[in-house]
Amino acid sequence: MPHTSASAREKNLPPVAVDPAVLAAEDRRWPPLKIALWVAIALLGGFSWVMLAVIRGETVNAIWFVFAAVCTYFIGYRFYSKYIEKHLVKPDDSRATPAEYKADGKDFAATDRRVLYGHHFAAIAGAGPLVGPVLAAQMGYLPGTIWIIVGVVLAGAVQDYLVMFFSMRRGGRSLGQMARDELGRVGGTAAIIATLTIMVIIVAILALVVVNALAESPWGVFSVAMTIPIALFMGCYLRFFRPGKVTEVSIIGFVLLLAAIVGGGAVAETDWGVALFTIEKVPLAIGIIVYGFIAAILPVWLLLAPRDYLSTFMKIGTIAMLAVAIIIVRPEIFAPAVSEFATTGTGPVVSGTLFPFLFVTIACGALSGFHALIASGTTPKLVEKERQTRFIGYGGMLMESFVAIMALVAALSIDRGIYFAMNASAAATGGTIEGAVAFVNGLGLSGVNLTPEMLQQTANDVGEESIVSRTGGAPTLAVGLAHIMQQLIGGSGMMAFWYHFAIMFEALFILTAVDAGTRVARFMLQDSIGNFIPKFKNTSWRIGAWIATAIMVAAWGAILVMGVTDPLGGINTLFPLFGIANQLLAAIALAVCMAIIAKRGYFRFLWIVALPLGFAAVVTISASFLKIFSPVPAIGYFAQNAAFRQALADGETSFGTAPTVEAMEAVVRNTMVQGVLSILFVTLAIIVIVTAIMATIRAARRGSSESSEDAAVPSKVFAPASLIASPAEKEIQKQWDALPARPKRGGH
Amino acid sequence: MGVGEIARGVRWYVRGVMGEDAYEKYLAHVESEHGGGDGGAAAAPPVMTEREFWRDRTDRQDANPSGRCC
Repeated sequence: MPHTSASAREKNLPPVAVDPAVLAAEDRRWPPLKIALWVAIALLGGFSWVMLAVIRGETVNAIWFVFAAVCTYFIGYRFYSKYIEKHLVKPDDSRATPAEYKADGKDFAATDRRVLYGHHFAAIAGAGPLVGPVLAAQMGYLPGTIWIIVGVVLAGAVQDYLVMFFSMRRGGRSLGQMARDELGRVGGTAAIIATLTIMVIIVAILALVVVNALAESPWGVFSVAMTIPIALFMGCYLRFFRPGKVTEVSIIGFVLLLAAIVGGGAVAETDWGVALFTIEKVPLAIGIIVYGFIAAILPVWLLLAPRDYLSTFMKIGTIAMLAVAIIIVRPEIFAPAVSEFATTGTGPVVSGTLFPFLFVTIACGALSGFHALIASGTTPKLVEKERQTRFIGYGGMLMESFVAIMALVAALSIDRGIYFAMNASAAATGGTIEGAVAFVNGLGLSGVNLTPEMLQQTANDVGEESIVSRTGGAPTLAVGLAHIMQQLIGGSGMMAFWYHFAIMFEALFILTAVDAGTRVARFMLQDSIGNFIPKFKNTSWRIGAWIATAIMVAAWGAILVMGVTDPLGGINTLFPLFGIANQLLAAIALAVCMAIIAKRGYFRFLWIVALPLGFAAVVTISASFLKIFSPVPAIGYFAQNAAFRQALADGETSFGTAPTVEAMEAVVRNTMVQGVLSILFVTLAIIVIVTAIMATIRAARRGSSESSEDAAVPSKVFAPASLIASPAEKEIQKQWDALPARPKRGGH
Repeated sequence: MGVGEIARGVRWYVRGVMGEDAYEKYLAHVESEHGGGDGGAAAAPPVMTEREFWRDRTDRQDANPSGRCC
């Protein structure tokens, strides 16, 4: 409801937008200092890339990763995102954003761009960018680095930016709704089913990462379990004692969290602590399933909201700390630029060759479809001015990419032998130090000479019984982070603390994502069931909510248990599904954007979105096809299935890494489920992409006429577009600041 | 820029990112919408107290969940 009391005062308001001519002139103006700055950025970036890609000495310093990344981000942000803004997005600051014309002081509330940047970043960054790069490090440092940095500039950030802008122009509509509007019933329904199943697989695999990190680790289990009472306490504190004191309660929670980490170390040294908190994978998985159900039906204020505050606090703090540490410590990296596994596809961490599997192993950080769910919906309702979406959407994703680069650096900074001992499945190493040493040294990697002492020493340093076959990426990242942080603060005596700090940090995000993901999935499911049984549409109907929650938890729980008990190792077979699912969601989001752009009539620049869409489609569809049709058992789910069925039919009692008939039967079951899921995903994605292409062609024939945008409402506020205000923006801001009796905005 | 100003800036930013300023924003919104004395005040819904506001906020999250990223 736009406010219509157009008083005389409002008529005399300063401009709400920089004049487009002034804006263009500002862009064209290149004073010598500005030229020098951008030349310097380009030279430093280029030099860093040369150091990484061409010089490749015995070792390479982590600082070159940082410079190559940051300089490329600056150039991508300044030039490519502006190009997209100019030709494709065409924001108009004289139009009010939903935060202005739908303002309700709650969901729709204009938020300072710098604050919203932090907000949006905290919402998109989770465990994904921390895990994928760690697993992809087996292919060497260069492929992952190039994909993370180039991928974000040309694909990931483009997706986030476009989805955010288009959702904002539609009052903050969700991706699913936009898909229905733009692609029609078939495409829209396929997009919604794909989103729901992808949500399930992502929650399951994130939970698998936590189980793998906490199994057999009394210290980890104790400290992560303590986050539950800490969150409950914080929830009650905010509800009954000091409502709204969010920072205060977060600081209290953070201190308690540190106490839980330190306390975990003490508990893990007692006999009762070891007896109580050493939990094997299966009971731990069941624990997380039960937790997931209870957490998702509890009221938000009790567990989810305080956990959110805690994880925002931890996320921004830890990532800033890691960035500072990497810049100060500048660890040397011994891994080769491109390892033999990139071409042979026989890597023990994740099977498959560089193309396409590198691009699905690293999803978050380069291109993450999940962001489309955040970039549509929540953030667009808070954006103050249209032009700010470039800074928040494109810029926010660049920051996530930087997190992925830091995770890659941390994983690469540990000894390669230890890396493989931690990330090869228990099926390969037997879970013992001797087995791990024999397996890793048997890989025939040059420069890798693992000894039992190295493994034992590292385990002792981080306060764990063993680090062999701690798959899933989180423990490896934790060792890397501990290795870097102890050089900055505390020395090797602090390594155990930093290791468990990192585990806690990741577990915290993941448990929040599990809880929130289950809730979202339950609403989507209720909405779908409601088409047949109308009563389910009522989301406040308790029994319906519980049934829908139970179905969703059972769905991801089954995949989790399957991963945990998988005789083939779990992560190495399931992680590709996670990446494929995430990238397919990206393809869906980009397909929706393409249809919208076609309807706007900007065909000349359609390639900007067709390029990442084509790439994501080729990568995920070919990865899915390999997973479905490859005759190599390590890669193809059905080939593996057939091999194990054949072995069972031949009356064998052990096969490959499965030591018993039951284990062999489990492989047959698991590969069938994984194969069917692959078929489902790829079919849905193809439907969405085809309907989007059809919508694009239809728009080309008909010319741009239709639009699902909300009607334009004139804006009555002003704010600069990017982090730093331009001279013209400062000029206008001054006029606004000079107005009497205007509620002052924060900041300076 | 003095130390005090930097401290205020940091406080403003942290409160913003954590969402602690939500109630102030709500009050400012209510004021600008209904407090102008232009006759709209009669139809305005009652202004929530701070405690009511935060309860309402989490209740709305209950009814309208948003995903967190992976």
